[in-house]
Amino acid sequence: MYIPVIGLEVHAQLLTKSKMFCSCSTDHENAPPNTLVCPVCMGMPGVLPVVNKKAVELVIRTALALNCEISGFSKFDRKNYFYPDLPKGYQISQYDLPLAKGGYVEFEVDGEIKRVRLKRIHLEEDTGKLLHMGEGDRLAEAEYSLVDLNRCGIPLMELVTEPDIRSAKEARLFLQELRTILRYLEVSSGDMEKGSLRCDANISIMTEDGVFGTRTEIKNVNSFYSLEKALEYEIERQINLLKEGKEVIQETRHWDEKKQITVTLRGKEEAEDYRYFPEPDIPPLIIPKELLEEIKKTIPPLPLQRKLYLQKNYSLTSKEAEIITSEKELCDFFDKCLELYKNVKNLSNWITVELMSYLNDQKLNFKDLKIEPKDFVRIIEMVDKNEITRPVGKEILRKYLDTNESPEKIVEREGLKTVSDLEFLKDVVKKVIDGNEKAVSDYMKGKKNVINFLVGQVMKETKGRASLDLVKSLLEEELDKMK
Amino acid sequence: MKDFIQQLKKTAHLARLNLTEEEVEIYSKQLEDILNYFQKLQELDTSNVEPMAHVLPLNNIWREDEIKESMDQELILMNAPEVENNCFKVPKIVKED
Amino acid sequence: MGELNSIKEIHDLYRKKEITIREVVDYFLKKIKKFDPLVHAFLKVDEDYINREIERVEKLDLNDKYPLYGIPIAIKDNILTKDLTTTCASKILENFIPPYDAEVIRRLKEKGAIIIGKTNLDEFAMGSSTENSAFGPTRNPWDLERVPGGSSGGSAVAVAVGESLLSLGSDTGGSIRQPASFTGVLGLKPTYGLVSRYGLVAFASSLDQIGPFARKVEDLAIILQSIAGYDPKDSTSSPNPIPNYLELLGKSIKGWKIGVPKEMWEKGVSEEVLNVLKESLNILERDLGAKLIEISLPSMEYALPTYYLIATSEASSNLARYDGIHYGYRNKEQKDLISLYKVSRGEGFGSEVKRRIILGTYALSAGYYDAYYLKAAKVRTIIRKEFESAFKNVDIIISPTSPILPFKLGEKIEDPLQMYLCDIMTIPVNLAGIPAISVPAGFKDNLPVGLQFMGPFFSEDKLLQISYAFQKIVDFSEKYPNLEMR
Repeated sequence: MYIPVIGLEVHAQLLTKSKMFCSCSTDHENAPPNTLVCPVCMGMPGVLPVVNKKAVELVIRTALALNCEISGFSKFDRKNYFYPDLPKGYQISQYDLPLAKGGYVEFEVDGEIKRVRLKRIHLEEDTGKLLHMGEGDRLAEAEYSLVDLNRCGIPLMELVTEPDIRSAKEARLFLQELRTILRYLEVSSGDMEKGSLRCDANISIMTEDGVFGTRTEIKNVNSFYSLEKALEYEIERQINLLKEGKEVIQETRHWDEKKQITVTLRGKEEAEDYRYFPEPDIPPLIIPKELLEEIKKTIPPLPLQRKLYLQKNYSLTSKEAEIITSEKELCDFFDKCLELYKNVKNLSNWITVELMSYLNDQKLNFKDLKIEPKDFVRIIEMVDKNEITRPVGKEILRKYLDTNESPEKIVEREGLKTVSDLEFLKDVVKKVIDGNEKAVSDYMKGKKNVINFLVGQVMKETKGRASLDLVKSLLEEELDKMK
Repeated sequence: MKDFIQQLKKTAHLARLNLTEEEVEIYSKQLEDILNYFQKLQELDTSNVEPMAHVLPLNNIWREDEIKESMDQELILMNAPEVENNCFKVPKIVKED
Repeated sequence: MGELNSIKEIHDLYRKKEITIREVVDYFLKKIKKFDPLVHAFLKVDEDYINREIERVEKLDLNDKYPLYGIPIAIKDNILTKDLTTTCASKILENFIPPYDAEVIRRLKEKGAIIIGKTNLDEFAMGSSTENSAFGPTRNPWDLERVPGGSSGGSAVAVAVGESLLSLGSDTGGSIRQPASFTGVLGLKPTYGLVSRYGLVAFASSLDQIGPFARKVEDLAIILQSIAGYDPKDSTSSPNPIPNYLELLGKSIKGWKIGVPKEMWEKGVSEEVLNVLKESLNILERDLGAKLIEISLPSMEYALPTYYLIATSEASSNLARYDGIHYGYRNKEQKDLISLYKVSRGEGFGSEVKRRIILGTYALSAGYYDAYYLKAAKVRTIIRKEFESAFKNVDIIISPTSPILPFKLGEKIEDPLQMYLCDIMTIPVNLAGIPAISVPAGFKDNLPVGLQFMGPFFSEDKLLQISYAFQKIVDFSEKYPNLEMR
């Protein structure tokens, strides 16, 4: 019996406007290199750091939401090492007195609720970015590198878990849940592709006598699925070593996305000695109770909580509830719609099918949309009342989301009301029958399915605005008459 | 003494300082003397004393989350020894084996 | 025209329109031209920069808003001046041109001062003789074969010789007070946190302070008033409001209790120094009506190792940024990163700096942190508490500023430990964070001897008061070294 024992170290960039220790903007995604830099974040001689209060508050908000204990006395420390993306030659971080300790994250694994405990949460500053130039674009092959300090000094929150995770899948689910939580709290955008959420893993294999094995650290995982793959690979690698009676070496390994394997980091001999000591330029933090109380009030219910509530109170399926709670704004939107419209299942359906397909097609997040509950509900009601057909409803939704014009106006302007004028429809039906001799004769011969083709033709003629059922029955009526 | 020379070389590496053989010889003697003198501190009983990391009893010194204009890219790069594409240039980070 | 000895004198001439700013500046520039080849106090005197300074100040007026109107001030070259090289007397910053002014510079300019030049120092402020400068030593104007003290030797000499009326230095373990003592001028180290460190190239962050040199106590008070006070850019800067430092000048110190710590007056102090200062003690008691009280500060003997462990640890970290990548010296032949770091830093830093970086790195490293850095940080608490206790019973504590007279160039440079021992009187002050001032107390063999007054936190006004009273009786403010004959 081999049991994987996994702990994660997660770094999340905080949603502050300015950097951790200076007032440069954090909006570095599209900025030309070294344009969001000042003497402080580039470590010029003589500069001094000044703490960003919001960054501290965001960490406290996270810690309170995750049931951590906020330290009565916290301080910053210097982590000393040399690397080109670290201009001061040290990173201001927290070592022995972090802002928060303990706490936990709960998430669902195969329908069961799993709890992973946290060791600590602390605050530090991000480093700059290195662009490797030359043969390949990877570090090992680069002839030289270029340093961009725009990212240097952005506030980072580091969360370290206890080694409570027991499978690669659990690790992914944990990280995904954490991401959603951080987004609910508006603490981080949690985007792994863009680097605002990063994760390193520590993994060892425990044998059934309960003895923890030797740990390896896995770095360079850039997506949720890479995390899972990397851990799966590493679990297998370590188990194989143990089965062969070999030793697992304590080391740091890199996930190679292309080859889908972990490799030893070349040239890394002994562990770095960071020579931590208290940061003399920053006085300690003693968080006042009033501030804690104030922040506590801003914490919304967490995603898992809301998901279970939806399932319990509205009998939504787990899948539906998961989709609706995937973004806080979407969940809030759902609640607001419910105030205006009582058919929960139908509402859920419209959201999880129609709205989500729009978001997926447009590659947007819900919070990027301009959408009003009253308008969304109006569309659904129009379909319920047969004022428009469902396909038309879907179309109107898209037009509304694209242009933000009111649904009623769209319907009117484009004349999309369901055609229920019987006389008009009968004419169209007759026209279609007249124009499709072969299909009609096939139908007469017994090929009943051909009616769908004819229905389609009528729908085409009416630009989808006719009620499907009505069209079908009118066609059948007419065709019967012809027998 | 030989042991200390090893220490010295290790420490010089941590501090990314090149020392010539001559410097190693001179510094190791000087530093050993200095460190021996520093042993004096062990005479004092500090078991119930808190270390002093900050001078003034200040706490919670922080600022509002407001953006101020960054420094011109030109001034940021002005003193840099080697620049390419408006970035700081560094040579091969990983040594040839 | 005689010597220009004080702000008041110069301002009087301005008011009477008997002199222009240009003429005042030229007066000092002439002195620099004449004497600096002998003493080498200055690293940079840039005429274009000075002209711009004059133009800037000419647009202002002589009134209360500009207490330093048209007064030339020399600046130690580890304080950043925009568009004027700031080298820290090191090869590694030889060509560094800061894109910003230190906060103290901004304030000086705001108050109408004219920055006349950058002065020499021990490299990165590490030293007690200004012999560790990469650009040659500064010499003591009272005896050119002797050191002026350090690390702010250049700033002290500039004022001692009359090349500048005032100057700024920095003090981490005595670097203002000791050279003030060696050159016969006033030097003040303010309470830690009184003066902003923003723009001071960091040596030891929890010990560094910027402070002024002057000839007259009123001038010291005026310049302190201009630079002291809260700066939001420095998180260790004190938010307390500052008093009017001129207010108490001239008031009597009768009845003041002056602590005389036996540990700082007995062993380790040379006879010559004691002879001069014994007279100072008499003056304080007999002529000024103060009461001398013997006190004991037993942990003084641990101050030196405590200081050197903490200062070098912080320095090793503060100097890591000099890596040849973002600014500063770089050996461009190096083909890989680690060599780039090691060779650039190895070639760019002088030996005292390298020694201290290694000491500090060692003191912080795994396995040694507890015995060295942490231990020193704890002893520092003991030293500080001892001062706090003492100040419950006395108002001021006094000691010699330096245990010895200015020594000869080259005398101590081979033995770092001997050099460090020069600072035993001044170091405890930085460890405790309290303010202290060195006042010229006399001469022995034509070499200056300084007396150090130490006060509790934020007692600069009291220190200035007692210095003023003392200077009324023992006044060397118009005595200049005789360099004419060389």
